[in-house]
Amino acid sequence: MGGRLLASSQPEPSLSDIATSAAHGEDSPYFAGWRAYDEDSYDPVTNPSGVIQMGLAENQVSFDLLEAYLREHPEASDCGVGFRENALFQDYHGLKSFRMAMASFMETIRRGKARFDPDRIVLTAGATAANELLTFILANPGDALLVPTPYYPGFDRDLRWRTGVNIVPVHCVSDTGFQVTAGALQAAHDEAVVSGMRVRGVVLTNPSNPLGTTIERAVLEDIVDFVARNDIHLISDEIYSGSVFAAPDLVSVAELVESHARRGDGAAIAGRVHIVYSLSKDLGLPGFRVGVVYSYNDAVVATARRMSSFTLVSSQTQRTLAAMLSNAAFAAAYVGANRARLRERRDHMVAGLARAGLACLRGANAGLFVWVDMRPLLDEATVGGELRLWRQVVGEAKLNISPGSSCHCSEPGWFRVCFANMSLETLDVALQRLSCFTERWNKRIQN
Amino acid sequence: MVSMVADEKAQPQLLSKKAACNSHGQDSSYFLGWEEYEKNPYDPVANPRGIIQMGLAENQLSFDLLEKWLEANPDALGLRRGGASVFRELALFQDYHGMPAFKNALARFMSEQRGFRVTFDPSNIVLTAGATSANEALVFCLADHGDAFLIPTPYYPGFDRDLKWRTGAEIVPVHCTSANGFRVTRAALDDAYRRAQKRRLRVKGVLITNPSNPLGTTSPRADLELLLDFVAAKGIHLVSDEIYSGTAFAEPGFVSVLEVLAARGNTSDGLSESVHVVYSLSKDLGLPGFRVGAIYSSNPAVVSAATKMSSFGLVSSQTQHLLASLLDDKDFTRRYIAENTRRIRERREQLAEGLRAIGIECLESNAGLFCWVRMRSLMRSQSFEGEMELWKKVVFEVGLNISPGSSCHCREPGWFRVCFANMSTKTLDVALQRLADFAEANGKGAHPTRRGLAGGPARTMSCPAGRFSWANRLTPGSADRKAER
Repeated sequence: MGGRLLASSQPEPSLSDIATSAAHGEDSPYFAGWRAYDEDSYDPVTNPSGVIQMGLAENQVSFDLLEAYLREHPEASDCGVGFRENALFQDYHGLKSFRMAMASFMETIRRGKARFDPDRIVLTAGATAANELLTFILANPGDALLVPTPYYPGFDRDLRWRTGVNIVPVHCVSDTGFQVTAGALQAAHDEAVVSGMRVRGVVLTNPSNPLGTTIERAVLEDIVDFVARNDIHLISDEIYSGSVFAAPDLVSVAELVESHARRGDGAAIAGRVHIVYSLSKDLGLPGFRVGVVYSYNDAVVATARRMSSFTLVSSQTQRTLAAMLSNAAFAAAYVGANRARLRERRDHMVAGLARAGLACLRGANAGLFVWVDMRPLLDEATVGGELRLWRQVVGEAKLNISPGSSCHCSEPGWFRVCFANMSLETLDVALQRLSCFTERWNKRIQN
Repeated sequence: MVSMVADEKAQPQLLSKKAACNSHGQDSSYFLGWEEYEKNPYDPVANPRGIIQMGLAENQLSFDLLEKWLEANPDALGLRRGGASVFRELALFQDYHGMPAFKNALARFMSEQRGFRVTFDPSNIVLTAGATSANEALVFCLADHGDAFLIPTPYYPGFDRDLKWRTGAEIVPVHCTSANGFRVTRAALDDAYRRAQKRRLRVKGVLITNPSNPLGTTSPRADLELLLDFVAAKGIHLVSDEIYSGTAFAEPGFVSVLEVLAARGNTSDGLSESVHVVYSLSKDLGLPGFRVGAIYSSNPAVVSAATKMSSFGLVSSQTQHLLASLLDDKDFTRRYIAENTRRIRERREQLAEGLRAIGIECLESNAGLFCWVRMRSLMRSQSFEGEMELWKKVVFEVGLNISPGSSCHCREPGWFRVCFANMSTKTLDVALQRLADFAEANGKGAHPTRRGLAGGPARTMSCPAGRFSWANRLTPGSADRKAER
């Protein structure tokens, strides 16, 4: 055949640096624990000695409420008159009815303490996409974002991988309940500058993952001041905002923007503040890929909208959820019931941990997990000691929990343990195993 | 609500270079035409003088087939399997490997579109939120910032955004001309490669769209061989965007680069790991809103990296469930593929014959949802200025949003892409009538009533029902919907 090439001595075409780098972060223990679970998954009947997944921050406690709604309102998903229109709808503005429903839902979650304009809502396929998208918009490759530790391991990938942006950790310690301090922020900022990086913003998760706490109002005010003084941005990932089940209430950065505006100094703040949200945690719908970028900055909204072309939400999903969330009575009832169930689950977890001789972070009032203090069990107060303990918990107690080092915690010995992604029965099995484990472990240390 | 408008001077918050730049291509005429349409959209009843959208390559011809299937299979939309709810399972399913049932069905469907001459391994499929996402992800995998892809012109205007904006990659056009039907040649490829080198750009691959947008032609086997030889010689990648693979309606039919690759047999030159295909259900099934795209590659490193990247654009599990069911129905896919392509062919003929009747020629095409139309006879000057001048007249005076070839980076002025599958047959006739009137007013082209528009025997304007009766048999439900785009 003409034109056939002789066996080429050319090397195969290479892939990009991004493709070959490890910045996707999947080599961390966070993911290694998942693999252990995948290979030997617990099942109460078929594999009762398998690994129980306690490393996945999913919300499975309120599905029945969603299912009941869909059963009673089949028109939310059926093939109706609007099918074609819906199938054709790929407008990156997103379905208006859905944006309105999301704005209203976000307001309900914040108990009406802040208002959301549907035209400032940009839809993305999940918060993963929203965080990456905001990073592309706010920072250039080589720039830095300051992120308080401990933080969600996925940020290493979401904020850095394809964007080329760096994360500089803001170290938080247990002495201050892991709250962000002005000093820590400044230290991180200085560190970035010394390394030749231009700081572009601070990324908060509020309520915090993995801590399960909301940020105190005074701290949030400090952070907002810091951001204004240094002429940088503030991204507030409020993906867990619907999971605040105990006092104090969530103080969303949205409230601060509004109060500053009322005081007359809104201009210094508004253009810097961007909120990320998603239905993955509060509605327990990670599979449906619904994320939001909400920005008070017009240029950011316009750019984010265009960029969302790469990560649009399925119009089928927008339509179904618009129907559900536009039902104000349902939305309010859901938020209330979900909160109550999470609280119950958390209390159950805390009691079980106490029986195992373990304490959690005090004041934890939100999230789908607890931040457990296992420092007393460490053979030495190092990351090595933490990982040794972790491997034992996974291997011996067969519980996949997440070591604090994978969340970049600067104090070894803390672990994130999820409680909302399993049945109550399974949670009890897990707590029982944990009790046995700590008992054996302590005996070993004594001997 | 408290006003959030911030004083510009007090907004020092610089955005990134990417946010500020124009790589998203949003200011091109391609998008501006859309904007004009949005302001004044045609509606046969409410706004009969409005602009008819002929710049949107959508397939609205076969919804009735989908709707019939959906009504007969309510579990698919109702989040059930065998009558039992799978809501919980779907709600939680966010595995970036994708739903196995869906990938299996998609692999078989893609194979069926290629006459089963190629088999797709589901584990080599990476699902993404649309082809837009797939193309970008592939570039992220194959090219570093500043690297270049060679793309034959004319090409889909969206590539300027999809391939370059966030990736920082460059596009170097491979110039094709009407002299040989816009086919790619080795000389053109070599020339593009040289131009890239002169700009000190490292070329990482060639990207083709087959069937072509905007040409509507399938790549001849020989051209695919030529491309494979070229990428093998240069040690670079070949990306084949086959998003229109299901729209090929006439001979010589669609031949995928994967077929040609398989036929070459020689697996030791590593070529099989350098060829990657992009697909989507937006054009074939007419479901752009559902965001279903795919990357197919035999390169494990590409599949692995792209899979992780798909986290940034996963397909909704609700949608995967629906489509897994739909595409698993072999009777349905067989009937759909046959009927859909038949309707596309018919609609294309309506447009082509209508244009011919007014003395306007189209590129001979056998695929796609549009015609590549030569309108130089209507231009006052044979230049891109002339093309723009004509385009503005056609949009603002004639009321048709068509896409000028310059927005597709065509080297020759005078070509326009005109879509035909996103409107009813009646609306297409209205569009053709308007064009005929315009052509006549400009002193070019034959008078429409002498030749007849729909390719049949000459009919007068006084019997509209009679003229359109054959067309009315098509897609009865799709006519003139309010949201027609």
